[in-house]
Amino acid sequence: MSSAAARKARPKYLSLRALLFEIRLPLPGWVSILHRISGALLVFPLTAWLLFLLDASLLSEAGFEKTRGYLALPLAKAGMLLFIWAFCHHFCAGIRFLLLDLNRGIELHQTRRSSLMVLIASLALTAYFGARLW
Amino acid sequence: MNRIVVGAHYGTSDWLAQRITALIMAVYAVVVAFIFMSNASMSYAVWKDLFAAGWMRVATLLFAVSLVWHAWVGVRDILMDYVQPDGLRLALQVSTLLLLASYLGWTVQILWR
Repeated sequence: MSSAAARKARPKYLSLRALLFEIRLPLPGWVSILHRISGALLVFPLTAWLLFLLDASLLSEAGFEKTRGYLALPLAKAGMLLFIWAFCHHFCAGIRFLLLDLNRGIELHQTRRSSLMVLIASLALTAYFGARLW
Repeated sequence: MNRIVVGAHYGTSDWLAQRITALIMAVYAVVVAFIFMSNASMSYAVWKDLFAAGWMRVATLLFAVSLVWHAWVGVRDILMDYVQPDGLRLALQVSTLLLLASYLGWTVQILWR
């Protein structure tokens, strides 16, 4: 065993400092944790919010116009932008995971490239749909 | 009764269900996104007719069932990973099931009104 490895303090405990500044998550790790965060956000509160909007907009013509006016509010637009990002990220990352399940692109350099592609594609889709929204 | 208490593959059906429901939702999402994009200024009449169509109601119901199933597997995974106290995890899992069941009920109510 090399002496450098032997001199390292063991065991090493996780601390907030370690989580924030010492542990660098690789790109596939970012895609993975963002997949979880976006999934959790989609379950709650975003699905509840969208069902509320769908309910109100289909109830009557007045409800439809009211929903349209509500969605023009900056806060509602920000919420919609969050939904669009969460959905697009979950969608793109999910397709990547499905391909990984089929053993497509499982080499290290491929997984790094595909995770970068997922992060960029979901942000680009969010920008596109967000621009359509505004 | 022949019970196998050790082994693997307990999660295989959940794993597979999560992936199949993902594909169903992906197809629905792409179709709905195209409908949205091709109707730049959506009117109430178009919006109402869209959700009055039989195929759209069935497709949306399929989407909702897929979402609930998919979300249950996903949220359960998250809770099993991060919430260690058994009582708290059980409470959160029951809350999740109630939430997802109410989503499904709400969707049916909106679609067949």
